[in-house]
Amino acid sequence: MRSNRLLFLLPLLTLLVMAGFFGWSLLSGRDPASIGSVMVGRPAPALAAPALRAGDPALTDSLIRSGKPVLLNFFASWCAPCLSEHPLLTRLAERDGVTVIGIAWKDKPDAARAWLKKLGDPFKYAGFDLEGKIALDWGLSGVPETYLIDAQGVVRLHFRGPLTERDVSDRILPLLKAGS
Amino acid sequence: MIPEVGHFALILALAVALVQGTLPLVGASRGDGRLMALGRTAALTQAFLVILAFGALTQAYVTSDFSVTNVVANSHSAKPLIYKISGVWGNHEGSMLLWALILALFGAAVAIFGGNLPDSLRARVLAVQAWIGVGFLAFLLFTSNPFERVSPAPFDGNGLNPLLQDPGLAFHPPLLYLGYVGMSVTYAFAIAALIEGRVDVAWARWVRPWTLAAWCFLTLGIALGSWWAYYILGWGGFWFWDPVENASLMPWLAGTALLHSAIVVEKRDALKSWTVLLAILAFSLSLLGTFLVRSGVLTSVHAFAQDPARGMFILAFLLIVTGGGLALYAWRAPQLQGGGLFQAVSREGALILNNLLLCTLAATVLLGTLYPLFLDLITGNKVSVGPPFFNATFVPICAPLFAALCVGPFLGWKRAELWPALVRLRVAFVVSVMAAIVAAVAVDGRATLAAVAFGFGVWLILGSLTEFLGRVRRGRLRTMPRSAIGMTIAHASLGVIVLGAVATAAWHLEFIQTMKPGERASFAGFEVTLKSVDAVQGPNYIAERATLAVTSDGKPYTTMTPERRLFLVQKRQVAETAIHSNGLRDFYVTLGEGDAAKGWVIRMYYNPLAPWIWLGAAMCALGGFVSLSDRRLRIGAPRRSQGRSRATAQPAE
Repeated sequence: MRSNRLLFLLPLLTLLVMAGFFGWSLLSGRDPASIGSVMVGRPAPALAAPALRAGDPALTDSLIRSGKPVLLNFFASWCAPCLSEHPLLTRLAERDGVTVIGIAWKDKPDAARAWLKKLGDPFKYAGFDLEGKIALDWGLSGVPETYLIDAQGVVRLHFRGPLTERDVSDRILPLLKAGS
Repeated sequence: MIPEVGHFALILALAVALVQGTLPLVGASRGDGRLMALGRTAALTQAFLVILAFGALTQAYVTSDFSVTNVVANSHSAKPLIYKISGVWGNHEGSMLLWALILALFGAAVAIFGGNLPDSLRARVLAVQAWIGVGFLAFLLFTSNPFERVSPAPFDGNGLNPLLQDPGLAFHPPLLYLGYVGMSVTYAFAIAALIEGRVDVAWARWVRPWTLAAWCFLTLGIALGSWWAYYILGWGGFWFWDPVENASLMPWLAGTALLHSAIVVEKRDALKSWTVLLAILAFSLSLLGTFLVRSGVLTSVHAFAQDPARGMFILAFLLIVTGGGLALYAWRAPQLQGGGLFQAVSREGALILNNLLLCTLAATVLLGTLYPLFLDLITGNKVSVGPPFFNATFVPICAPLFAALCVGPFLGWKRAELWPALVRLRVAFVVSVMAAIVAAVAVDGRATLAAVAFGFGVWLILGSLTEFLGRVRRGRLRTMPRSAIGMTIAHASLGVIVLGAVATAAWHLEFIQTMKPGERASFAGFEVTLKSVDAVQGPNYIAERATLAVTSDGKPYTTMTPERRLFLVQKRQVAETAIHSNGLRDFYVTLGEGDAAKGWVIRMYYNPLAPWIWLGAAMCALGGFVSLSDRRLRIGAPRRSQGRSRATAQPAE
């Protein structure tokens, strides 16, 4: 009879275990949409890209290992979500004084330049990656993607898809504050 | 002004629900008839108030009242009227209001149609129902108020998610909710029975129509969702094992098991505590689905904004409803005494096998859905569990279920012989094996498993018809209860679904090519010519529409016009698939990316028997409705045994 009683408790116990996991998941603040990144926590790959804007020097590796944190953003003029994160990048650059490096991915330099001219240019340094070769090193799966590289040249954050207000206020800015 | 009326109506509804949840319970335990009768009045009042609130929100949507935040976020003045209305539930707040509305309507239905229930049982059912209502109304009012105002009001709204601007999806949520929420009535009956400490034949008879109704709507809702995914996502598939799909499949499986186990309680007074458990689980799984979709715990294709605060509320609610129900179950269920004894080979035995297999299926889906979450939390590894897992687990468990499904109805109650039943099924068996062999040899030589599954589909149809014809031959058609006819329809329709699903999944043809206007391609015996790609202006979108002329043996066959729509407000593209169906196969074309210089990507699918998937699902629901119209369920007892039934229908307290 006792074991029988326990049997009737089994559904309840199963539920409690499941609910525990759900609560844990909700409280841990994990983002189920992120598919994880192998880049986070590792030194950033070498960076070398031709300059997007006429007259600028080419992008070199020293830009991301300058002793100051930088934000590296891959974008394209044909990409609609890039449009939605553009104001956030502009604000980061102008209000928060973040060094933002932009790389136009699989995009004609003319088209990318026209796009930036129309919307405003938040990038301190801008390069382009017409064939997507640089992006291979960075493990890019599409645009837009954004990497936060700390003062030591280590990738700290990796966002796939457009940045959101919450990404900026909850993750990027706190890290930048803590770092500087 | 009208939105405020809606808001106040919701607040009043919450107050009424609190009354409905307490006083009738007190009345039922004290035997006070007036307090018990209050439950009925309160249920009707609550339904009226929630209808008022829902009407107020609908009015705001139809008139595009952009001073309401919810309307701004999810509507747009240029939207066609039908999508203004469907926009009401095409968002988190509105869909929760729809949920509360359906819950209140079911409560009112119990109050109206529950005339033959004993007063105490009805009072308790309505009280439990009211507590669920309290949860949802509080959730609406405290975390997701649909009537919030915005000032100053913007000129126009943000529009509805383009994927939802589709006739299939406009009616998918209401049907699905009718199914989910309908299970709440079964849950309320289970809890009331546990409080009373009594589950008997009469109880099973009262629960059954509610379960059946909910199950029918759930079937239709799932089918509509799958059909929508089929033609809007443009991948040619019909089921993707997405968490949202799984969330609706689990209560369906539990509900199907419940339908069958309730028969045993009704006919043989056995399996009582198991049936009560299933009734609790069916609704709990519905709630779990809502939790998974809304809380952001799992990712899916679903369109709702996800919010951890709301997730916490639903989790707490889930814990109270399910945990409370299961705790009560653990406490009271051991006292439920089983009645009828039976042998392993018997109708009861077959129904137990059915229940075991259906519950294993539900557990498999649950595990597959939650495993990625558990693994991520414990180890930090990201995995996705997709079709390979379900093909390796779900599909094999279906085989014994389908094999036994046709045999069960031939077995008698208490004890039966297996062999005579099998003998009567010999024709169905031989034809099914032949169908499998023909499929393996003629259609393909590789996927032999698909051929076996195809044979199972034929077996399900023929086996069900054999049982039906056996009754007809014995001259019982006239007296055959509608529930038996409904069973035949539902069982045979499962075979139709299996045939459609197997043929589409295993034997479809696929074709992708970049085509410029004037180019032609041959595919599946058709010659397809891309005539032109034109720009089309819709009410709230612009589209590229390809015109493809299809000829067969040189003769014009049909013209297909797939579109790619760009919704201007949201800047989102949605594919509008062109499907030509002749009932035996779908010819399916989508238009992909492209331009005049490079040509457009054209994908074509030839899906044999694809229409049967949804035809079968519709038949399945039809079978349920036919069974629901059974006289026995309407009047509570078959006429022939009126004397006896009166004794069971109104048991002495």
